[in-house]
Amino acid sequence: MAHRIEVACKDGVRDVPGKKLKKRIKTDFGIDVEAVHVVDVYTIDKELKKEILDVLQNDTFPDPLIQKAFVDRPAPMKGDWAIEVSFKPGVTDNVGRTAKEVIESLSLQPFREDEAVYTSRMYFLKGGLTEQNIITIAEGMLANTLIQRYIYKRKEEYEQDGGMGMYIPKVEISEEPVVETFPLNTGLEEMMKINRERTWALSPEELMVIQKYFLRKDVIKRREKAGLGPSPTDVEMEAIAQTWSEHCKHKIFNAIIEYEEDGKKERIDSLFKTYIVGSTERIRKNKGKKDFCLSVFKDNAGIIRFNKGYNLAFKVETHNTPSALDPYGGALTGIVGVNRDPFGTGKGAKLIFNTDVFCFAYPDYKGGVPPRLFHPKRVLEGVREGVEHGGNKSGIPTINGSLVFDEGYLGKPLVYCGTCGIMPRKIHGKPTHTKQAKVGDAIIMVGGRIGKDGIHGATFSSEELSEVSPTSAVQIGDPITQKRMTDFLLLARDRNLYNSITDNGAGGLSSSVGEMAQDTGGSILHLDRAPLKYQGLSPWEILLSEAQERMTVAVSKDKVSQFLELSEKMQVLSTVLGEFTDSGMFHILYKGKTVAYLDMDFLHKGLPGMRLKAKWERHIHDEKPVEEPENYTETLLSLLKRWNVCSKEYVVRQYDHEVQGGSVVKPLTGKLNNGPSDAGVIRPCLENPEAVVVSHGICPKYSRFDTYHMVACAIDEAIRNNIATGGTLKRMALLDNFCWSDPVFSEKNPEGYYKLAQLVRANRALFDFTTLFGTPCISGKDSMKNDYIFNEIKISIPQTVLISAISVIKNTDRIVTMDFKEHSNFIIVIGTTYPELGGSEYMSLYGRHGNIPPKVRGRVAKDIYRCMEKAVTTGIIRSCHDISDGGLGCCLAESAFGGGYGIDISLSSVPKLSIFRDDILLFSESQSRFIVSIRKKDLPQFTSIFHAIPYGIIGTTRKDGRFIIKGMNNNVIIDTEIGLLLDAWQAPFKEHFNA
Amino acid sequence: MKKRRPKSLVLFGNGINCEYETAHAHRVAGFDPELLHINLLLKKPEKINEYTFITLPGGFLDGDDLGAAKAQAIKWKYYIISDSGRTFIDELVDFVARGNIILGVCNGFQLLVKTGLLPGIGGIYGKQSVTLTFNDSGKFEDRWVYLKVNKFSHCIFTQNIDTIYLPVRHGEGKFMMNGLETATALKQGYTVMQYAYESGDIASEYPYNPNGSVESIAGICDVTGRIFGLMPHPEAFVHHTQHPQWTRKKLPREGDGLKIFKNAFRYVRENL
Repeated sequence: MAHRIEVACKDGVRDVPGKKLKKRIKTDFGIDVEAVHVVDVYTIDKELKKEILDVLQNDTFPDPLIQKAFVDRPAPMKGDWAIEVSFKPGVTDNVGRTAKEVIESLSLQPFREDEAVYTSRMYFLKGGLTEQNIITIAEGMLANTLIQRYIYKRKEEYEQDGGMGMYIPKVEISEEPVVETFPLNTGLEEMMKINRERTWALSPEELMVIQKYFLRKDVIKRREKAGLGPSPTDVEMEAIAQTWSEHCKHKIFNAIIEYEEDGKKERIDSLFKTYIVGSTERIRKNKGKKDFCLSVFKDNAGIIRFNKGYNLAFKVETHNTPSALDPYGGALTGIVGVNRDPFGTGKGAKLIFNTDVFCFAYPDYKGGVPPRLFHPKRVLEGVREGVEHGGNKSGIPTINGSLVFDEGYLGKPLVYCGTCGIMPRKIHGKPTHTKQAKVGDAIIMVGGRIGKDGIHGATFSSEELSEVSPTSAVQIGDPITQKRMTDFLLLARDRNLYNSITDNGAGGLSSSVGEMAQDTGGSILHLDRAPLKYQGLSPWEILLSEAQERMTVAVSKDKVSQFLELSEKMQVLSTVLGEFTDSGMFHILYKGKTVAYLDMDFLHKGLPGMRLKAKWERHIHDEKPVEEPENYTETLLSLLKRWNVCSKEYVVRQYDHEVQGGSVVKPLTGKLNNGPSDAGVIRPCLENPEAVVVSHGICPKYSRFDTYHMVACAIDEAIRNNIATGGTLKRMALLDNFCWSDPVFSEKNPEGYYKLAQLVRANRALFDFTTLFGTPCISGKDSMKNDYIFNEIKISIPQTVLISAISVIKNTDRIVTMDFKEHSNFIIVIGTTYPELGGSEYMSLYGRHGNIPPKVRGRVAKDIYRCMEKAVTTGIIRSCHDISDGGLGCCLAESAFGGGYGIDISLSSVPKLSIFRDDILLFSESQSRFIVSIRKKDLPQFTSIFHAIPYGIIGTTRKDGRFIIKGMNNNVIIDTEIGLLLDAWQAPFKEHFNA
Repeated sequence: MKKRRPKSLVLFGNGINCEYETAHAHRVAGFDPELLHINLLLKKPEKINEYTFITLPGGFLDGDDLGAAKAQAIKWKYYIISDSGRTFIDELVDFVARGNIILGVCNGFQLLVKTGLLPGIGGIYGKQSVTLTFNDSGKFEDRWVYLKVNKFSHCIFTQNIDTIYLPVRHGEGKFMMNGLETATALKQGYTVMQYAYESGDIASEYPYNPNGSVESIAGICDVTGRIFGLMPHPEAFVHHTQHPQWTRKKLPREGDGLKIFKNAFRYVRENL
């Protein structure tokens, strides 16, 4: 018999989750609820003795001081309605797993495979609520019906029925797993139909190539020997589809492109090779002996040198589609997923920081939300919480990030998650940035069990989101299982127990084993040996499952028992699944029978290249210019309140940004710990002085004019933030993460040519500016189908590139933060302001585009950055803040309230070109500019460093909080208080998120 | 002759995540710390006899899935160590009775409270009499707080400390208690530190009291003063660059948090 234990707050104890929900229901739906009470429910599908149940009731599930548990009887109803939300069968239930472990340790009786603990949550709502209110609250806030089930009852019903009743979401699959085959002589139309039904996302050309392979005489003969017929099995087709997916093969970035711009045509043979690899190769060559890159574009993350003893591995990934479908699970999986990238790079790295950049539609969006999508505020909350749980529970500090808002992200939010790891340069005398599986090595899967979760993630993310997108693509990460695994594998690494390691992400075992098998030239894999969450998975599902928290390692035969022993001690599941061979074949068996037998060569090199067309056209937005504002103070306050400018403290504080102890510059800084830092800085080795400066740039708002400038500005912004905080160009590496709306022309995507041209322009800027600054990209990723399509509705994201920058500095003496430090310091603007209002927050305030986006004048910018580096090492720079969203005006406000000092400045000395209006000068978003403050006595030294750079001493910091700006004609245009500016800047999240 | 550094123990594994900087703080204070996986220690509890000082660092033991540190607390309370008929709690009580010391930070504090090792009023351990639960704000938060040390406390870790500045990083740090006896004891020396304003006056309002703790209690000790638990992270402020405003202020190179580890060191040196 199963038991149901309900845990409720004792009377008179503050129900914190309940109170929080009550507030959210009011802000999100405008529904007044008198009270919300939350009840945690554990459904234990196992017979338990009375003694054990007593311990569970009295001590285990409730906190005895404040909660009370009810075993096999309902908690007393404390409202007018009850809603219960449970997971659907097969969805990861982390709390249930922990509860099971505890019961096992209490009862000393292991659970059978079909026994489990399932958790659910019950909500009692009090107040005059209608049934429709209950449904709105349940579906709009409490349950994601994709992965959860909810039921509700009125008080009378609840009491009459004796509670909500038992629900056991056990996975029951009665069918025996079978292997299907697909005859290839059915004609293209039939093949395309199967292709669609099975989410393979293969093109007709690719299907023809596959057909041709299986018709080859030598192939037929070899397959016959292996016990297979002429038709491919589902295991084979799935393996090919996954290996050849856009997600894994980056077909668009590797395509041959016919590019047309202003009537001129040219051929580009792979954007990736030409511009991304091409620029890095050139930079490394120019750097010569000073090259600090160790491994670029070939492993799960890029590797650079850190100090004498250590290297760094850095990677940023996106997890957009899963986050659209289930913001919490998608983002949680995003962060714990990218953790495994540096962790599975080289011989494996210890994870030292996370970064995250989220792009959403505006949280106060008032329009309709199309099917399958969520309101942006709900997406934001879910993503925020997913990354909170993933990052905090993994013990990795989140040190840098941002939130970007644009209405185009309604169709798909972008969830960029990044992680950096540190590895000793050598272990047992061998370099750690390379790895190699050897013939005869055992294939061992480490970590979680396999379920149906995440099946088709790789192929599915290669398609646009629509109402019929498969639900299996949603997964929920489990940070604790992963933490146990990484604790174990780092020990195994240091004991030299494995030869190679990689993660199981997109494509699961198919991808991880397939990639590692390239080292030796083959593999034998026994799928039936893989540990499963529940029975009934088909062999292809075991192969493709993207169930989380798994790494694949190659272990020498003589070390297998040592490896497995350590694994067991540390409560980590490790299973030998086969071995690496040199047979030239990707050989897969299930219960002793061959289910896939593919040539490694065909699998990895058989994919035909794509040929695409691109045509560039200039977009001019015809509109009237903006009138000069009458009240500049009001304008500045409005700009500070804009979503892209305002304080993100609400989100930042909920992330642990200093675990591991290396924190040097936190995301929030200044007198009251609330000013926005330009970059994060950490010292990963507590015994050593070297530090890492981490920053990013992201400017999707310029894509509507020209993606060339969008990328140039993103690169400049990433570098600018880094330099502003004390970073160095000499040892700075970048990551590029492209998120595009579909750039492949088709009938349903007529803008394909233009969007591909946008991609070409973006890549050209990447080449031009990384080579100019000498900052190589060491890794990156692209996500190419960020569109939502349903019936007539198509929502596309603005083309977005995130540039992440890390630089390595020798010590923290040169670190500078953005807050003014003293009164009576000189305030200086460095860099020239141009009339560049295109895409600016100022123009957006009036609903205009503005036509001229900022351009990066690379040579001058580089000179500025070099001088700034020199200046920070002398120690004369008291504060430095980069000028970006909201221009000079917002930047001054931030440095002022960050430092707690007012200002007295005049715009007349700001270096400028062709600007005749104060508003343009104050709010233009020209690149490569800083606001710094210095002590008056340091001016001569400042001048000697910056003599060849455009700068202007615009005024001084004040003792009090008055904030005075004079215009170019020396008339006062702004006279306010820093407290008011701070209030405005903090208002949006306070108002909309009860922050 | 230089004295050998005393051996200390820092637990890790199962979701603990501050072991690295905690071991660093041990080292800087003068100890020779060893990291040991929590599962391995439960298998060989006699290992604790090799040490004089144990720290239970912060983290998310078992994901805090049944409430902060709860799942591990149950294992420690009920799991019987082979043949001996004793639990791991029994071992730790003996460890302290021999004069040794235990520090629990954040999740480690939650573990000490939920196993009933704290406050251990009158020397009775093993029954939970206080708790740490959801912050009134309903949020996990990372923020720095001022702390006032109770000068009447008998805690050996906080001698000669008046006020300190440390970060809290938790979602379940609200201190609550039951019963008159507990309240009386806490009014005496069991309360070690309370959330305060910069001036050192006790603060009850958010965000100075970041979680709504009763009596603004941030840390407590047991009857011996040798078991100490606190929500703020002393290991997170050992070096001046960890201070959120170090670029604004002239600070000593050593952070406030180190004082707690140095007191532990002095105690071990002088008494053990």
